[in-house]
This record gives sequence, C-alpha cells and structure tokens, in this order.
Amino acid sequence: MTGEVASKPTRHLHRPLLAPSVGALFLWMAVPLAMTLWFSAEHYNLLRPGKTAFAGWENYRDLLTHRALWIAMGNTLFLVGLVLAITLIFGTLFSLLLNQDFPGRNVCRLLIIAPFFVMPTVSALIWKNMLMNPVFGLFAWITRSLGFGTIEFFSRMPMLSIVLIVGWEWTPFAVLILLPALHSLNPEQIEAARLDGGGPIALFRYIQLPHLLRPMAVVAMIEMIFFLSLFAEIYVATGGGPGLASTNLAYLIFRDALLGFDVGRASAGGVIAIILANIVCFFLMRVVGRNLEDLR
Amino acid sequence: MATVELRNVRKQFGTHEVIHGIDLLIQDREFIAFVGPSGCGKSTLLRMIAGLEQVTEGEVLIDGSPAQDVPPAKRGLAMVFQSYALYPHMTVAENMSFSLRLSGTPKAEREQKVRTVARILEMEPLLERRPSQLSGGQLQRVAIGRAMVRQPKAFLLDEPLSNLDAALQGQMRLELARLHRELNTTMIYVTHDQLEAMTMADRIVVLNQGNVEQLGSPLELYQHPATFFVAGFIGAPKMNFLDAEVKTVDAQHLTLMLTSGTSITVPAPLQKLNANEKIKLGIRAEHLALEPEGELRGEIEALEHLGPRAYLHTRLADGTRLVAQTDGDTQARPGDHVAFRARSEATHLFNSSGRALTRSDPQAEPC
Ligand SMILES: Nc1ncnc2c1ncn2[C@@H]1O[C@H](COP(=O)(O)OP(=O)(O)OP(=O)(O)O)[C@@H](O)[C@H]1O
Ligand SMILES: [Mg+2]
Repeated sequence: MTGEVASKPTRHLHRPLLAPSVGALFLWMAVPLAMTLWFSAEHYNLLRPGKTAFAGWENYRDLLTHRALWIAMGNTLFLVGLVLAITLIFGTLFSLLLNQDFPGRNVCRLLIIAPFFVMPTVSALIWKNMLMNPVFGLFAWITRSLGFGTIEFFSRMPMLSIVLIVGWEWTPFAVLILLPALHSLNPEQIEAARLDGGGPIALFRYIQLPHLLRPMAVVAMIEMIFFLSLFAEIYVATGGGPGLASTNLAYLIFRDALLGFDVGRASAGGVIAIILANIVCFFLMRVVGRNLEDLR
Repeated sequence: MATVELRNVRKQFGTHEVIHGIDLLIQDREFIAFVGPSGCGKSTLLRMIAGLEQVTEGEVLIDGSPAQDVPPAKRGLAMVFQSYALYPHMTVAENMSFSLRLSGTPKAEREQKVRTVARILEMEPLLERRPSQLSGGQLQRVAIGRAMVRQPKAFLLDEPLSNLDAALQGQMRLELARLHRELNTTMIYVTHDQLEAMTMADRIVVLNQGNVEQLGSPLELYQHPATFFVAGFIGAPKMNFLDAEVKTVDAQHLTLMLTSGTSITVPAPLQKLNANEKIKLGIRAEHLALEPEGELRGEIEALEHLGPRAYLHTRLADGTRLVAQTDGDTQARPGDHVAFRARSEATHLFNSSGRALTRSDPQAEPC
C-alpha cells in the first residue's frame, strides 16, 4: 500500500535511506558471527595469545568427541523444555485465577508479577541461600519438620533446582502476557458458551485455551531466546556442578573461554549453540505456526 | 414453546438499582420486543431472563416454574448476542453444534440437525468456513442458526441487527419475522430501534430508566401512547410537541393557548383540567395538513423528499420546530411561509407529569 502511494522520488530514495540501518544491523550480526567462525577454526589460547595457528575442524572434533558438550546440550534442552512447560502451565493457571473477580485482586496481580523484576543473580541467591539451603533453608526446615529429612537440592538434583528457580522467575512473564490476553476475550463468547451448556472445564478447553494459543506462542518464543542462553542463575547457584550436572551450553562456553582461556574451543561451542538454537527455533516455529494456521 | 413471566423483578449493580420492579407476562409463541433508549436496562432484563445475570429481587418464571436457581444452560433458552459471539476457532458447523457436542449428542445426529437448520437459513455452503471468512449478514445467520440448533423454548435476541447496514437490516427484519412464523417459538427481542420493534413484534415493551413505560401492540403504542416518553420514542419522524395552556374547557371541547399566541381547539379529554394548567399538545407529522387558514403558522426551514411523501421541517413564530408530512410532489420550498391545520381528534395531550390524557377511546387506557 505505502509502496503504491509513494511518489517516484521517494521510491528511488528508499533504498539509500534504508541502507544505514540495514548496514548497521548487518555489521552488528555479521561481524561477531564471522569472528566466532574464524576463532573456532583457530588454535587460540589466551595463555599464549601470540601463538595462534589454523586448527581446521580440530576444535569441533575435540568438542564433539568429548562428553561435556553432549551433557551441556542435554541440560540446555532439558532446561528450555521444562521451564517452558512450567511457565506456560502455571502462567495459564495464575491468569485464569487472576481473571476472576475477587477482593484484593490487584494486590495479588502485583505479587504474582513481582518475581520477574528481581535480578536473576539476586533471585538465584535467594533460592540458594534462603530456600534451598540444606541447613538453614526454608524447604529444609519444612521437610525436616514433617519428618522427611532434608533434600539436598543442589547436589542431588542441580538441574531441577535451576529449573525451579528459572520457572519461578519467568512464570510472571507468562502471566504478564496471558492475563491481558484472557481479559481481551469477548465476554459474550463466554456467556454464549455458558448458555450452550459449557462448565468451567469445557469453557477453558474450547474457548479460553484456543484464544490463548497465539499469546502462548509469543511467550514460548521470547522465553526460548532467554533460556537457551541462560547463565546467571547457573553461575550463582551451582557453578555448573556438581561436575557437569548443571552445565548448559552457555556455561560450557564460559568455562572454555574464561576458565580455560581457550577462545578457539569456546568459539566452536558458540557455533554449535547457534546451530542448536536454530534447530529448536525451527521446530517451535512449526508447532506454533500450525496452531496459528488453525486459528485462521 | 414457553411463557416467560417476570414478577416484580429488580436488579441492582452494587447499590445502584437499574431495574425498578418489572411485571411482565410473555405469552407462548409471542414475538415481544423490549425497546428503549441506551442504558434503560433492556439488555439487563434480557440477561436476567437468560440467567446470565442474577435477579436481585422478584421472580422469573419460565413455563410457570421459578427459574432464578436454574443455570442458564438448563433454562432451555437460546440467545443471539449483539456481537454474535461466535467461537472464532471453530467452523460454522462446529459453532452450531457446540451445545449438542457438550451435551453428548452423537455425531450423526449433530450433523443432521446442523444441516436441517443450515437448510432453513440457506447457509449450507458456509458450514465449513470459519467466522473470520464470513460477512456481517452471514455471521448474523450463523448466530441465529446456533440458537436454532438447540431447539430452544424461547429465543432471546439482543440487538442482533445493530451491526448490519440499513439494507441488510431491512432484509433480516423480514427474515426474522418469517423465522418466527415458521418456528412458532417465543421470541424476546431487544432493540433501541423503534422501527425494528414496530415492524416485527406482536407486542412491544417500552422501557425507560428501568421502568416499563407502556406495553402494547405496535399500533396501540403508536396511536395511544400512554406517556409523553412513549409518544416521543415510538414513530418516525418524532411526534411534534407544543407547549400549551388551558384556556377554556367544557365536556366537548378544550381550547388551548399555544406559546406562539394562537389558540387551538381539540376534543376534551376525560380527565378534568383547570384553566391556565400547562399541558403539552402532541401532533404526528401525518396529522398536519397544509392549509392557508391553518392555526399553526411558520416558515419552512428544510424539506425532506422521500419519494411518496415529503417532510416539511418548519419553524413556528415562537421558535418551536414542527415536522409535517405532505405529498411527495409538494411545491413548497424552504423559506416559504406556510400554515398547517392539525387534525384535532388525532392530537395527543400530556399533563405536566408526562401522562397522556385520554379521550373516550377505551383502548387508550394505559396498561
Ligand atoms: N455489569 C454492570 N455493572 C454495573 N452497571 C451495569 C452493568 N451492566 C449494566 N449496568 C448499568 O445498567 C444500566 C442498564 O444497562 P443495559 O446494558 O441493560 O442497558 P441497555 O438498555 O441494554 O442499553 P444499550 O441500548 O446501550 O445496550 C446502565 O445504566 C448500565 O450502566
Ligand atoms: Mg444493551
């Protein structure tokens, strides 16, 4: 439409005028990518910065034949999948609750949204030291008073603990998107469904859930971007351990690059992470895309 | 097939009462319309019948049995919403069969029922489409079809035509009237458009600020409005009102002094009037005739040609505006000075509290 309306001189102008921002974006993306690709094919260790040499596929071979990468990849997928599920399920539940009319609803909304505004490092610290600590944590106190002993979260189930923390942080985000979406559902549709004989479950299954699919897809896409590169919580809470039990790709790259000073290997890890992100993204887009197609 | 009865029904939102005690008996197979200006409580009343809104006080009876505690789906009523409220992610067929699906009706029976209704409404080709692929008129049809599939005891329609353009509205009015004849079911129709009510309803309930102003057939309301409000609301163009003062009154004649200074004599009402009492005189446009000797003199401000007839928008000497109906081929022009004579037996009189003063006609008793 705008293309048609635009007069001739404007049409001639729009390429040169767009060029700076396109160029900036291209540099922004392409330069780091190219450098990563370049470093990933180099022997480059910061302990011997002068001694770089072409390595070919060696960095990749090292990584791919070492089980650390596969553990990290598994942890990454575990984290992304589980946290997505948790945030979407609880986000939907809380949205359904908060969509009801009850006294103190606004306060409740505020309280539920609040965790999202806590810094990742801080929330990881709170969970680590105040809730999950086996000696003086709240959870330990509860389980002990109930006579179950203590659960050692970070040594027994480090990955699950991280998932809990991140789920707690990101459920508010899902609520933030899903609650207004739920609110925007035409109330007459709900009433029509009530007249058609739908109880709360049928109402959710046939009216509210289909209405929420699109915003849920948005939540999933955005969250995935953050979860694939999750770092702060792991760094603070477990340091990737015990062993490699809670190391994800981002943390592995950090270890190689800043603990091992091996820029070559870290870059190779980065390239692999990019490939993984694209694969996950592709599948998610297909699932989401199909759902959105259904709606049309 | 159902009667719906309201007994002293009241509705409060918080402390704010919007329905002030309404009694109403809707007969089986009747087409009844609730009309009134925006915010008068039409929708609220309908929603209380449907069960979507709690009744604060009073009783709603469906087929003679109290319905306040019956959930909406169990009342056997179907509703058509103003926004249609179709389920956007379901096809037309799924929309229509949703209630049957929830009640566990077998698939074959569902499909058969949907097809029957689709045939009546002539929308078989639309069944596999989604609401987003339909036009306004088609959406309207689907909404009505969804209500029909349930074979309800009564249809409740809340301004179903207000989202359609004028031509389609006219067409759908005829279609709804036909549907009512064919289905032979009680229909309760809410609208703010008096024309819809006049053209379709057997009886009309005129609501004003949560009270029933008048209940009657379209013609009764038109010819014998019980109140000033009804007189002004029913009929287009709006009835003309002139402020007047009683000059003389006897058993037969009432002579009024208009604010324009002229006097006019009309048949006297049954109610007693005192000299100098202020009243309102109502005259419909079609009861004014151009006549050089007429008592209402003024200047034509605007002329509306509708083909078969024309409306003369006139300004009287004292500034009162008057609309008169005349032949379509009238030679009058804006700026002309004209005079009208009112058909005195067709005039309406309203006392200062807005109630109509009746003449001998027994039908004119307010309900
Ligand atoms: N849920 C509600 N809470 C508070 N007040 C309400 C509510 N619903 C309606 N009202 C009030 O009740 C009155 C009647 O509303 P209602 O919707 O019945 O009007 P209506 O006659 O249908 O008007 P319209 O022609 O605009 O649809 C209005 O004054 C409205 O503000
Ligand atoms: Mg309404």
